[in-house]
Amino acid sequence: MNDFPWLSVLIALPALGALGVALLPRGRDALAKQAALGVSALVAVLTFVMAAGFDTGGSRFQFAETYDWIPAFGVHWAVGVDGVALVLILMSVILVPLVILASWTDADRFGGVVAEGESAPAKSVKTYFALVLALEAMMIGVFAATDVFLFYVFFEAMLIPVYFLIGAYGGPQRSYAAVKFLLYSLFGGLLMLVAVIALYVYGPNTFLLADLQGLNLDPTVAKWLFLGFFIAFAIKAPMVPLHTWLPDAAGQAPAGALVLIVGVLDKVGTYGMMRFCLELFPGASKWATPVVLTFAVISIIYGAVLAIGQVDLKRLVAYTSISHFGFIVLGIFAMTSQGQSGAALYMVNHGFSTGALFLIVGFLLVRRGSARVDAFGGVQKVAPLLAGAFLIAGLSGLSLPGLAPFVSEFLVLVGTFSRYQVAAVIAALGIVLAAVYILWAYQRTMNGPTTEAVAGFKDLSRRELAAVAPILAIVVALGFFPKPVLDVINPSVKHTLSVVQQTDPTPTVAEKGARP
Amino acid sequence: MKAEGIQAVAWLLIALPLAGAAILLLGGRRTDKWGHLLGTGMSLGAFVVGLAMFVQMLGYDPEERRRTIHLYEWFTVGHFKLDMGLLVDPLSISFVLLITGVGSLIHIYSIGYMAEDDDRRRFFAYLNLFVAAMLLLVLADNYVGLFIGWEGVGLASYLLIGFWQHKPSAATAAKKAFVVNRVGDLGMVIAISLMFATFGTVSFTQILGEGAHHLGMVEQVGQGTATAIGLLLLLGACGKSAQLPLQSWLLDAMEGPTPVSALIHAATMVTAGVYLIVRSGPIFELAPDAQLAVTIVGAATLLAGAIIGCGKDDIKKALAGSTMSQIGYMVLAAGLGPAGYVFAIAHLIAHGFFKAGLFLGAGSVMHGMKNDVNMRHYGGLRTMMVITWATFGLGYLAIIGFPGLSGFFTKEGIIAAAFDKGGTSGMILGGCALLGAAITAYYMSRVMFMTFYGERRWEEDVHPHESPKVMTVPLMLLALGSLFAGGFLVLGSFGHFLEPVVGGGEAHGFHLITAPGIAAFVLMVIGVAIAWRQYGARKVPREAPAGSFLTVAARKDLYGDAINESLIMRPGQWLTRLAVYFDNKGVDGLVNGLAAGVGGTSGRVRRLQTGFVRSYALSMFLGAAVVVAALLVVNV
Repeated sequence: MNDFPWLSVLIALPALGALGVALLPRGRDALAKQAALGVSALVAVLTFVMAAGFDTGGSRFQFAETYDWIPAFGVHWAVGVDGVALVLILMSVILVPLVILASWTDADRFGGVVAEGESAPAKSVKTYFALVLALEAMMIGVFAATDVFLFYVFFEAMLIPVYFLIGAYGGPQRSYAAVKFLLYSLFGGLLMLVAVIALYVYGPNTFLLADLQGLNLDPTVAKWLFLGFFIAFAIKAPMVPLHTWLPDAAGQAPAGALVLIVGVLDKVGTYGMMRFCLELFPGASKWATPVVLTFAVISIIYGAVLAIGQVDLKRLVAYTSISHFGFIVLGIFAMTSQGQSGAALYMVNHGFSTGALFLIVGFLLVRRGSARVDAFGGVQKVAPLLAGAFLIAGLSGLSLPGLAPFVSEFLVLVGTFSRYQVAAVIAALGIVLAAVYILWAYQRTMNGPTTEAVAGFKDLSRRELAAVAPILAIVVALGFFPKPVLDVINPSVKHTLSVVQQTDPTPTVAEKGARP
Repeated sequence: MKAEGIQAVAWLLIALPLAGAAILLLGGRRTDKWGHLLGTGMSLGAFVVGLAMFVQMLGYDPEERRRTIHLYEWFTVGHFKLDMGLLVDPLSISFVLLITGVGSLIHIYSIGYMAEDDDRRRFFAYLNLFVAAMLLLVLADNYVGLFIGWEGVGLASYLLIGFWQHKPSAATAAKKAFVVNRVGDLGMVIAISLMFATFGTVSFTQILGEGAHHLGMVEQVGQGTATAIGLLLLLGACGKSAQLPLQSWLLDAMEGPTPVSALIHAATMVTAGVYLIVRSGPIFELAPDAQLAVTIVGAATLLAGAIIGCGKDDIKKALAGSTMSQIGYMVLAAGLGPAGYVFAIAHLIAHGFFKAGLFLGAGSVMHGMKNDVNMRHYGGLRTMMVITWATFGLGYLAIIGFPGLSGFFTKEGIIAAAFDKGGTSGMILGGCALLGAAITAYYMSRVMFMTFYGERRWEEDVHPHESPKVMTVPLMLLALGSLFAGGFLVLGSFGHFLEPVVGGGEAHGFHLITAPGIAAFVLMVIGVAIAWRQYGARKVPREAPAGSFLTVAARKDLYGDAINESLIMRPGQWLTRLAVYFDNKGVDGLVNGLAAGVGGTSGRVRRLQTGFVRSYALSMFLGAAVVVAALLVVNV
């Protein structure tokens, strides 16, 4: 079964689906939605079938395919997945159909928000869903690419559907949020392009990841190339001080698209750091480690403090993500197996946890026409299911033990502590701040006397429940049984660590048996 | 040794109440009719399982009572293999019986107490969730498992304090409890990280050894590491057990329904810190400095809590101050090492009974007084609610250490152990414990007199009445505990029962007549007498008088909140505001400034976009430049 071109099919299927949905005649909105849901569900099922054949003890990149694409430049259509890529793809294909389900009516209502004095221009419903499917194809592609140039192509191409999702379906200031997002990303992409080309010039004239490892680059060149990749990735998985596009994008983008932008797309940044920065430039990565760790810790604290100060729920969740991305980067650059496995698992857990939060904020937005914290109050009384879902998602956001994000945050902290105590201790302050930003937001929106504006709220509909309940179930399940996912991740991390030639610090007291 | 028989299914203890919580929460309104019965049944079921395990344990030789149950592998990452398992030994089984026993009584009581509440089912769901998490906390065989239970009880506490969440005060108190506890959790997380970095494991068996005589890896670490771990664990214990400086949440936690105050914020959860310290005994015994810190925290809190108890007119808050204070005694004892462990746990169990009885008694009074909590509106209730008076009275005599009742034996033991420590520190700690005993007698007598004696001070429309049987029967059973638990534990063989876990065999004897014992008795009598003079013999005004400096301080929780506010909250708010301002104006201020001016008209946005491009580019380049510059400056 491994001869079947699984990954190419998984990329092609949503791409063709997007085309099909886009070409539907006008006025067939219902069909467009059903088709998009069907295609994304099929992709999810196929991905699970493929994943069942993944051998955790097998070769590194599995389901690999390599075809010449631009032979003159050594560019290949090369795809394959290792454990980290596999779990990220799985996360993406689970989220997409749920996002489609959750945003079923969002495009009809134009994100639910229209600024005063602005008439809601009729937007194409089918285009919204076509864009989501197109984005899914690129997300799978970007995680599966094992050719650096192919990765770059997906990395940049992803911007297009996101630009339109924000710019056409977002809030009142969608236009400038979209432009800001695009410019930031293009700037990062440009740096990466320079680095990619330089890699070709200095390297063996190929872009295949396998051929580019262990290059004997001049250390100075390696440092500059590392920087090119790293800054592109640090913009994508926003690290302070390159983060300011995210809150604005989050404030304006429709909630469904936000799940994909923050939950999946931004992971390309941290995934890229692991896959490309560390493996292509191990020496430069170690050179940069102290500074990267510093910025990671700053992101954790700075993002959390800013989240506390936000008055808009979407921006609030965006800032919590900046804090969480800090944890992921911390784990990656701690260069211990606990830190990196924790970081990889963090990427998955954060996708679900933040995904659920954004979906629920979206449900609130549809009901109230605003995502401002002070627009709500006492929701628990009228919509207990909605409040309960918000609470569980929120508790996962503050990494409550028993829920999935705890496992990853704990591993990152433990793995970081064993090598960089100070960084781990400062980062751990984030767990206190997380309690403040989540519970304070929960208190102000869900608790207290029910305000007039909220009194008429309906509780979660069946459709909304169907979209958010599976994510919450996953968050609980992975909280108690993280082993299956970690077992898939571990071999990849082991490989990455061997490339950067790092071994875990040994415990200071080895077990010598009990003394008499 | 591996567990056999009923002990091999010890996970049932956790699974039963957890299933109860899941059914009631997922079942929703459909389970309203029988939800409280299911919840109570699950708690009673866990009690029966615990009792059977206890009986089975008694059949083993003392050295063979430590049994482990492997549940499943949580994960393996690198050389970090984490197995989830349970540890059944005399220490954990003592807690299991307390949690499920007192817990079940409180479930039964709540059937009556919450009968009028629309959300009674949800209340029982949370109570079950609490019981499950608390059992995991005491049964886990490793620090991560303990921490999961630790945070689980924190969640249950959060949900139950804020149970009436439409009340802003309840919602605020719930959040405060969680956040303050998280500060303690910070200590736990770092302690666990340090233990992993030091030992490569988090398992009790490997780190602490198998009981008092089988040493673990901890014996091989230096004093510095042991002290660091000990202090970090102490920070965690301070959060959960409301010890100074993390005490401020407990008084506000009284916003929750009274059975919650009895179960979680008196009998069980708040004693988790004592469990943690006693369980981690082998670490603390290697770290005298950490032990000293534990005793100081305990002594300071036992005095602070007692003083706060003196100033409160709210019956629940007076009892909450008392809880702080009594846990202070336990923490003090736990800091004394093996000599104090048995008394710490014995006092913990005795306190579980009498304090639960006192809180439920307070609930019964409130039930008859239209939920008024102000003792200045009570008075003369003795004849109106005889059972409540009698059971509360027994709890009262127990807590002030009246000879023959529970608290007498256990508190006496702690005071004597503190003096036995010897040296100046022993004298100071013992002196604090004695002083605390006097103040305890005073503030508890004050509660007793103001509530049940003197003139009737309630309004016309209040008709005090005794509570229904479903509430008074648990009161009577808990009163039995107030009477006998302490004597049974201290005079009986509880010391020998715990000895294989905590050691210190010789120290557990009880001497009826000792110098500290006599002093404690005299001080108790003085405390009661002063209270009688002020609140028994005199009229109690319905409005609180201005009060002395100390009274005012006690009413304000010794300025705990004021200190937190001025040292942490207000600077934090400023920092947040500053950061938000900086992020908006500093990092890419121009952009957002323009955006605010644009006001969302897309046509104008389009016209201005060329301007945007320039400012985005500027801010991006600045951001990137910071990163590059930092890399170059630091490394080149």
